[in-house]
Amino acid sequence: MRDTIRFLKGGEVVELANVGPTETVLDYLRLRRRETGTKEGCGEGDCGACTVALGRLIDGKLVYQPVNSCIQLLGMIDGAELVTVEDLSQDARLHPVQAAMVEMHGSQCGFCTPGFIMTLFTLYHDTGAEKSRKTVTEWLAGNLCRCTGYRPIIEAALESCFDAADDAFSWRAHETREQLRQLSDSSDVFIGDSDCFFSSPATLDGLAALYGQHPNATLVAGATDVGLWITKHLRELPKMIWLGRIEGLDRVEDSPSGVLIGATATYAATEEAMTSLSSNLGELWRRIGSKQVRASGTVGGNIANGSPIGDTPPALIALGTTLELHSAEGSRALPLEDYFIDYGKQDRRQGEFVTGLFVPRLSANQAFRCYKITKRFDQDISSVMGAFRLSLDGEGVITDARIAFGGMAGTPKRASGAEAALKGASLDDPSTWGAAMQALLSDFTPLTDMRASAEYRMETARALLAKALMEVSGTAPEEVRVLAKREAGHDRAA
Amino acid sequence: MTAQLDPNDLTTPLKHVRKALPHDSAAKHVSGTATYIDDMVEPVGTLHLAPGWSRQAVRGRILALDLEEVRSAPGVVAVLTADDIPGRNDCSSAFGDDPVLAEEEILFYGQVVFAVVAETRDQARKAALKAKIDVAPITPILTAEDAVDADTTVLPDYQFRRGSPETGMNAAEEVLSGSMKIGGQEHFYLEGQVAMALPQEDGGMMVYSSTQHPTEIQHTVAKVLGVPDAAVTAEVRRMGGGFGGKESQANQWAALASIAAAHTGRACKIRLDRDDDMIMTGKRHDFKVNWQVGHDSEGRIRAVDMEFLARCGYSVDLSLGVNDRTLFHADSSYFYPDALIRSRRLRTDTCSNTAFRGFGGPQGMLAAERMIDAIAITLDKDPLEIRKLNFYDGERNLTPFGMPVEEYQVMHDLIDQLEESSDYWARRDDVRFFNENNAVLKKGLALTPVKFGISFTLKHLNQAGALVHLYTDGSVHLNHGGTEMGQGLYQKVAQVVAEEFGVSLNKVRITATNTSKVPNTGPTAASSGTDLNAMAAKIAAKEIKNRLITFLCEQHQCGPEAIFFGDNKVVVGDQSFALADVAKQAHMARIQLSHAGYYATPGITWDRESATGRPFYYFAFGGACAEVTIDTMTGEMTVDRVDILHDVGHSLNPAIDLGQIEGGFVQGMGWLTTEELIWDETGRLRTHAPSTYKIPTASDIPEEFNVRLYQGSGNPQATVYRSKAVGEPPVMLANAVFCAINDAVASLSPGLVPNLDAPATPEAIMKAVQDMRRRKIA
Repeated sequence: MRDTIRFLKGGEVVELANVGPTETVLDYLRLRRRETGTKEGCGEGDCGACTVALGRLIDGKLVYQPVNSCIQLLGMIDGAELVTVEDLSQDARLHPVQAAMVEMHGSQCGFCTPGFIMTLFTLYHDTGAEKSRKTVTEWLAGNLCRCTGYRPIIEAALESCFDAADDAFSWRAHETREQLRQLSDSSDVFIGDSDCFFSSPATLDGLAALYGQHPNATLVAGATDVGLWITKHLRELPKMIWLGRIEGLDRVEDSPSGVLIGATATYAATEEAMTSLSSNLGELWRRIGSKQVRASGTVGGNIANGSPIGDTPPALIALGTTLELHSAEGSRALPLEDYFIDYGKQDRRQGEFVTGLFVPRLSANQAFRCYKITKRFDQDISSVMGAFRLSLDGEGVITDARIAFGGMAGTPKRASGAEAALKGASLDDPSTWGAAMQALLSDFTPLTDMRASAEYRMETARALLAKALMEVSGTAPEEVRVLAKREAGHDRAA
Repeated sequence: MTAQLDPNDLTTPLKHVRKALPHDSAAKHVSGTATYIDDMVEPVGTLHLAPGWSRQAVRGRILALDLEEVRSAPGVVAVLTADDIPGRNDCSSAFGDDPVLAEEEILFYGQVVFAVVAETRDQARKAALKAKIDVAPITPILTAEDAVDADTTVLPDYQFRRGSPETGMNAAEEVLSGSMKIGGQEHFYLEGQVAMALPQEDGGMMVYSSTQHPTEIQHTVAKVLGVPDAAVTAEVRRMGGGFGGKESQANQWAALASIAAAHTGRACKIRLDRDDDMIMTGKRHDFKVNWQVGHDSEGRIRAVDMEFLARCGYSVDLSLGVNDRTLFHADSSYFYPDALIRSRRLRTDTCSNTAFRGFGGPQGMLAAERMIDAIAITLDKDPLEIRKLNFYDGERNLTPFGMPVEEYQVMHDLIDQLEESSDYWARRDDVRFFNENNAVLKKGLALTPVKFGISFTLKHLNQAGALVHLYTDGSVHLNHGGTEMGQGLYQKVAQVVAEEFGVSLNKVRITATNTSKVPNTGPTAASSGTDLNAMAAKIAAKEIKNRLITFLCEQHQCGPEAIFFGDNKVVVGDQSFALADVAKQAHMARIQLSHAGYYATPGITWDRESATGRPFYYFAFGGACAEVTIDTMTGEMTVDRVDILHDVGHSLNPAIDLGQIEGGFVQGMGWLTTEELIWDETGRLRTHAPSTYKIPTASDIPEEFNVRLYQGSGNPQATVYRSKAVGEPPVMLANAVFCAINDAVASLSPGLVPNLDAPATPEAIMKAVQDMRRRKIA
């Protein structure tokens, strides 16, 4: 048992015995350390002004990822290297990304700039990124700038981020790796007392025991949702259990039958596996939140909380995903769609927690399409999210359909009427599609809210079904997707 | 001695002016060392405020306010209500109708009722939630249409009338009419509203505020504290964005911090949470526009009748100037022989709409572009042809408010150049071909002009002061009334001053805007910051320099032509002295090395009452060509390519100007596409955070984005180095995007004018698409 957290900052180990259950990294930096380079823009992880970089060992490699410090809990940086804008320049010499931003006139009011710098810093240290405008805009999706119009920032990124890293961090990477290795241990962390604590168990059994003891505790994985309960809803959450250190819970196992996703695997960690299931799914993944959100947020957490802002569940449901839950009593599995009972209500019993999901791979006769409709392309929550898995016989006749929508009901929901109506429909004969289009009208009664009206949602849901059928019948995505040029390749009908 | 204006040529060798230098704070921005209000070192014992408000009430009478639990919450030091305000409970700019804290009535959703003062910000925010506010609701008036029905206004109607629009309309061969809705816009400055107040002796107050208008902060704080203006000093070094949202909207927070500081005797700070900020502060006015246009068979406009219904919110705020500017720009770049342009300033029970980059101009211009598009579509002509046909020219060059467009040739030349560089006509064919061959996706193309009047239409605001000191080590202290919100004003003014003294830029120390250094300033607004303040600073520097010249002439028995300032030196005949030495000698000779410069824009004669005279010193011009693709099944849209050519006269700093143009365009594009403000049916704003209110991100800007400065002969008016203002005009370049979307929708049913409202969200585009399909069938 450890009663402190430990992390690296500026090459030194910082050990804190005083960590509040809801204390954020941003408050720690600005209020406790009085380091004010990191800014608060929105307090909900949407603007990126508070971006800091976290360095962690992933498969032995030192990886820097951007996170929104406003909704990152301080306890969650245990075992990581925390890098802020103050750490970048050395002896008044600007870091290459800083120098490029100055040279390209990438700042105007300057308030968002430290956040951009930190995201670019992580891109600078990413070895796999292909040098392209698309790469840059994807990395920057979580950083809002209201002054520049982004062009100079994109150019600064292209200028500075794609050569081999050659900065103070790369020079001391070996030492950093060693330090991080030494910080990594398998002891449970518990700071506080039984009424008010931050804890991070190291094993599943430890979690089951602790949660059994404190069933009213808050389970947190990436804090991209729980963070807002703190900063926006101002909720008192005196008992915080962070799942991020539980060994094996973040596993991502790619097998011929499908992909197993551990509950604490982040969106970032699952992106490659999801892309391997379907390029449409991979593109959807890249439009969930932002780099910052995907670096912290977990697929399991999004589902476990029954967050109404879930753009992945419709796709996962259409793919036939099953969910695994665990408690001191044992484990159970259920189809993902059955977990969502009603708005804000899930099939999660007391003391029970999500351990993982299994997403089956498409078979050779199946085609999958998904569409995310938003006001803004990047980092927006869908007004309508449609996902379609069609099974076909050799003649282009649909033998089975799994269709799920988000934004059409209080929960992600299957379109059972449309699914039934599609059975026997022919891809070659659009006149056989009408019944399914018609069935959608009775499958859903969508609501009007700030994202879209009920009428638009219904019309769009029908349009997406038509689009999926058109695409699976052979129409090129470039002909039916205005966003196709922003998206990568598409998988053709099987 | 009066200031000599610079010759209008580009051959004068300049060291700093017209150079593409980085923003003065660029290195600090990127390293996190630029200090914003919330980053300042706090005095020991600083307290923090949070606003208290009703989550339910939109409009209603306060029956009971129970603050017991608030007072007893952890860390709470004081809870302030209207009764605790020592002076007047008003933070309005002029009209006396903006309570700092609600008294008997809640006037809109989000109005602040009380303020909590606590040891920490977190404690204050949590305590503020514990209030019980009992309100008897009053049915609110929410939209412009509701307000028209109820006939509630914040100000009297106003109009421009020229000729006889009735006769003109009757004489026209065709008359078209329509209406459109134009949405508002949240500023979304990245740094939210923030102020810190430090009590001083004798009832004084030092206020640090993120404001575009320090003088108004000073006046407001003096007013609410009941102390003379001279007892209050307001200061701001920089804002993390303003865009008009900190012109009047910063007042309330500075007032609250000051009231709390006076009340507790401790330093007090308030920094709004983003959601509170978006709910409580005013936005760009949303409009309903009804229009009628009569034209001849060629498409030449004969007469217009335009009615602008603006949602002003619960108070006047800056709605007078904003709505006047809508009328001033309802012509876009087109000559209206007969015109009736009417404005209604409607009072609604919503937050008070305010200044936003463009200040009403964008809405006026967008309506004009809609009329042009309508004429082109019904005549089956290209909209660009109709635009050019109606441009102001040598004979038809009088605006509806009587000011001639003297520089119409710049406008023509600029649009001609853009037409060519954007390859408009070839791409028009490509777009037509694409649309003929694509069932689902449709492309649209548009090239639209910008003409924006430069000057405050409130005449007295067109003045500025600067304070310049030359120290005896040769370093220069620069201060002026303009504020820095990212637009690069401080750097441009510093360049001008460095040029004047012939010193390197690092000798010029830029200092925070402060009401005790330069008094009685106007807001940094109306794009005029550089025109006014750089001129005032230049005049101040020139005066000091002239004193040195006079001194040196005496010392060296030479004429002024023998003296030259440059490279931190002063050359006198064949001798050369360090400026520091000259300054020292002058000081020993008891010559004042400090001067307060003053500048007032010449030639402005606007009289609002009679609607005559010249409101603007000059016009700034620009043009944009945009190509978009829409998805006619979902309404999704991408901006594929944008070409911009923009007139900044002779640029003081091409890099900064380019940044203003690109940034303004993207902000305008956001306003017209993804940024949608949604109030629910009860009047509560539902889009009050970046999760629901979507400003553009990096991937929204066109992949092909060609932006150039127009190379002309400079500003014909004697502005500072013949430059032109650049802050606001580029916002309206984004009209091209909206018109291109309209063009794409119009391709569905040739001859029919789409009913596309702004912002053109996917849903708005789908609505217009379906409307076209229905009308085609009918």
